[in-house]
Amino acid sequence: MAATSAPLAKTVLRPSANAVGIALLLVLAYGIVPLVGTSYLYEAILTPFLALSLAALGLNLLTGYAGQLSLGSSAFMALGAYAAFNLSLRLPFLPLPVTIVLAGLVAATAGLAAGLPALRLRGFYLAVSTLAVQFFVGWVLNRFAWISNDSPSGVISAPPLVIAGLSFEDARGRYLFSLTVVALLTFLAWRLVTSPTGRSFVAVRDNETAARVIGVKVARTKLLAFALSSFVVGVAGVLWAFAYLRTVEPAGFNLDRSFQILFIVIIGGLGTLRGAFLGAGLIVVLPLLLSRFGAAVLGDGFDSGTLEMCQRIALGTLIVAFLIREPAGLAALLDRAVRCLRRAD
Amino acid sequence: MPTLKIRLRSALVAGTALLALTGAANADEQHFPLQSYRVGPYAAGGTGFFGGFIDYLNLINTRDGGVNGVKLTWSEGETQYEVERGVEVYERLKSRPGIAAWNPLSVGIAYAMIDRITKDKVPLITINHGRTDSTDGRVFPYVFPLLLNPYSETSGIVEYLASREGGLEKLKGKTIAVLFHGSPYGKETIPIYELLAKKYGFKVEQIEVPHPGNEQQSQWLTIRRLKPDYVVLRGWGVMNPVALKTAQKTGFPANRIVGNVWSNSEEDVIPAGEAAKGYVAITTQASGAEYPVLQEVTKTVYGAGTGNLADRKRIGSVYHNLGIVNGILNVEAVRAAQEKFGKRTLTGDEVRWGFEHLRLDEARVAALGAKGLFHSINVTCANHEGEGRVTFQQWDGAKWSVVSDWIAPDWATLRPIIEASSATYAKEHGLTPRDCAKEEAASQAPAVGQ
Amino acid sequence: MSPDLAFLVEVLVGGLLSGVMYALVAIGFVLIYKTSGVLNFAQGAMLLFAALTFVSLTERGVPFAGAFVATLGVMVLLGLTIERAVLRPLVNQPPITLFMATLGVAYVIEGAAQLAWGTQVHGLDLGIDDTPIDIAGVFVSRFDLFAAAVAGLMVAVLSLFFRYTRTGLAFRAVADDPLAALNTGLRLPRIWAAVWIASGIVALVAGLLWGARLGVQFSLSLVVLKALPVLVLGGFDSILGAIVAGLIVGAVEKLSEVYLGPFIGGGIEGWIAYVAALGFLLVRPSGLFGVRSVERV
Repeated sequence: MAATSAPLAKTVLRPSANAVGIALLLVLAYGIVPLVGTSYLYEAILTPFLALSLAALGLNLLTGYAGQLSLGSSAFMALGAYAAFNLSLRLPFLPLPVTIVLAGLVAATAGLAAGLPALRLRGFYLAVSTLAVQFFVGWVLNRFAWISNDSPSGVISAPPLVIAGLSFEDARGRYLFSLTVVALLTFLAWRLVTSPTGRSFVAVRDNETAARVIGVKVARTKLLAFALSSFVVGVAGVLWAFAYLRTVEPAGFNLDRSFQILFIVIIGGLGTLRGAFLGAGLIVVLPLLLSRFGAAVLGDGFDSGTLEMCQRIALGTLIVAFLIREPAGLAALLDRAVRCLRRAD
Repeated sequence: MPTLKIRLRSALVAGTALLALTGAANADEQHFPLQSYRVGPYAAGGTGFFGGFIDYLNLINTRDGGVNGVKLTWSEGETQYEVERGVEVYERLKSRPGIAAWNPLSVGIAYAMIDRITKDKVPLITINHGRTDSTDGRVFPYVFPLLLNPYSETSGIVEYLASREGGLEKLKGKTIAVLFHGSPYGKETIPIYELLAKKYGFKVEQIEVPHPGNEQQSQWLTIRRLKPDYVVLRGWGVMNPVALKTAQKTGFPANRIVGNVWSNSEEDVIPAGEAAKGYVAITTQASGAEYPVLQEVTKTVYGAGTGNLADRKRIGSVYHNLGIVNGILNVEAVRAAQEKFGKRTLTGDEVRWGFEHLRLDEARVAALGAKGLFHSINVTCANHEGEGRVTFQQWDGAKWSVVSDWIAPDWATLRPIIEASSATYAKEHGLTPRDCAKEEAASQAPAVGQ
Repeated sequence: MSPDLAFLVEVLVGGLLSGVMYALVAIGFVLIYKTSGVLNFAQGAMLLFAALTFVSLTERGVPFAGAFVATLGVMVLLGLTIERAVLRPLVNQPPITLFMATLGVAYVIEGAAQLAWGTQVHGLDLGIDDTPIDIAGVFVSRFDLFAAAVAGLMVAVLSLFFRYTRTGLAFRAVADDPLAALNTGLRLPRIWAAVWIASGIVALVAGLLWGARLGVQFSLSLVVLKALPVLVLGGFDSILGAIVAGLIVGAVEKLSEVYLGPFIGGGIEGWIAYVAALGFLLVRPSGLFGVRSVERV
């Protein structure tokens, strides 16, 4: 407990610095970006970045805070996306925000079920058991045609994003829509991790027996972590499908996506909220930068395949190097940088 | 002095930039952005298809100086066959001037683009694949599943099996097993096989292989117990060679297995080695490099060292030839549109008109040096597939050879199902289908833009 | 035998033989997990790299034996490099960090393999005729029998190695209790290096056998997904467990696909093994051969 109370104390002691930073970010995201952004910025960078950040935030609640490793995140994204699609199809009178919350609840229910093995398994045994969820959900979505509204090809297109007559259909609108959802859920997640429940998550992660001794209900806490995390990941799936790709197909929510989200959490920093955003920034933007850089250095005519393979090697190397140099993630790196700046003042 | 030098240089740079800019505006160019995939699990198909497409564009540029003087240009973005990378490339390249059409060769990417290209008014070409109901151009004005959609493919395969049995009526009482990839793509034709089975009185058993399909022992044992007359392979990637190998292992003869359009390339049979000998697969374009257009590509493009394939042995392979045919169709659509709108850089919407008037009969195909490579095409406003014919090829262990005539799928049976599906789509999206007769009449009016 | 019974036997035999192939991949994981607690996700990429190197060499005219030895050398080097450059600097990091690092390594290996040898698919012919043998109406694949024999041989060699050689004994000491092993003066890095080399060799053997079955192409790295339920069932740290669990998983998978599939829908092979392994663990948390209690409550 001692180890975890230290960062908490810090936030309490210096709320103003953090608050100023967050306020600045929000001003930038709401006030400046929509004025200067291009469609490429929204569609190819910011919207996927926001959706993946949210998914990573959800997984971080489970893995980073409660210490339960999951390799099935994208299955919960898929559940959220398909639930939202079916809700808006079959109950078209529901306002979009209600649909999204209900879709998150569907994912949370599934998360609860997926969390049951966690009561008996830990570590990689649990991780591999979450793969069962990953493959089972993929199979179910493929098996029952009504889930995709009997569409012959199984690929469905997302309904328009309209709330109370206000359309968020263009690129900027979909960015602002995602931003709002992400900001709200991030705020709720922040409330959660600073609450007693959040502290019991950390207690379970650090030492289950000790947690039990101080009165934490371990089983209940684990299941709660699974449910809450799946809720957030499910909503991220809705953003991914409705705001970003605007189509849903099971193949998009595969194991690679689950690994990608886990990468974001690890690289960003386990057990920090800002880590999810930092990690997602790196994972979304870095490949684009690498490919732009490659194209700029080697010219447009250069074989894009070779370039991509070099990129893959570079990305893998960077990940390894990063894990070696900064195992605590980008969040820790940022903290150090900030501290250095402060000392320099 | 240094400042002067710098100023001089910057003036020079600005001057050339201006020149380039005006130059670009003067010299007409038509651009093809390519969402290619040259790495990852499906790289073999991507290098072949995009290689063939680029080779043909190159041929038109070097041999003819472009289409009526309009140069063809292209740029590539790697997608690894992933949808979100495809979207990123779309957003990155869509602002290039003079885009003629998009050709992703990926069902997932194509689906994610339908909304976007419809809004941006640029054609989306999904040759041999894509959304079946986009055949109905009245609802999908910008989407073109050229030559073959999945339903026609199904019908074509059944017609071929009938021809092997000696007529459609001989199918009665036969058993056909369909081994399909466990994905939306694999499942798409299930109802069509059921429909045709009922119509012609054969029995159909459809068996799913879970992705990626690297284990098929149980499926083939089921087939062995079923003792079907034919097995149709609706495969994808590694599933195909494994199917052929497992067929051999369970004693099912390869010449009674018929592959669909994604199970018909060299990459699908070479890994299966001996087990693939005798295997038959559908195709819309014959393979081989003996066709005049392939000869010209070899001579003009590869002779000058600008060929796109790293391995010259792959010239004339299934995917390379698909890329060539795709190139012909795109170029001819641009040509058709130029006849109407003028010999200049066209907008996406004008090229769309060109695709809707893409009529290549056998004589025209022969004139293009593609006699025998593909049959013909006749795209209209209402029919975006264009009545493509199919043929069947057999693998002999080293190469494919054609073993059937050009077969016409039973479009009349399929059209009502397609229209029902597109009507649902139109309703879901609040679209009013176009009135093709009226548009046609309007476009007969004096040409604009000349 | 009645046809139904014969069919059942055939499915069962087919499943068991496939199970051997899964176990072959799982052993590579076990070797590394046992000594260093790393779930090496790069095993699939190593398998692909080995098969691709081998097949590219033979296609360039190198004879079978030469290509095998050369690839073996490459795999030894690769194993050593991974251990030295990635795992050693990460010693004492939590398992999840190590796991992510091996994912990074998998990226690098996949990229490098395709950069070096291209993205073409290759056929790999080990010269084993794969027409079925008919034993009392039951078809058995020659190739699968051969693969099973190779797997058996490899397990035998590994067992002998661990039982009778100094390095093997040291390996077991480390697996049993790393701290005690350190105290007795065993040099851990040396053992880790040996283990990575061994897993490189296992990857080569598994890569060749799987490559002959699937063709050598990118999807080869996906066979690890077949090995994971085997690991859960047999334990991440038991070679015997991997073999037995492999057989069980193979049999369960095929039997349920054939007999259960028609009722709940086909294509269940993708997850049924995971669910079966999970169900078993929930009933018996110590697993098949487990005295292990470290990772389970």
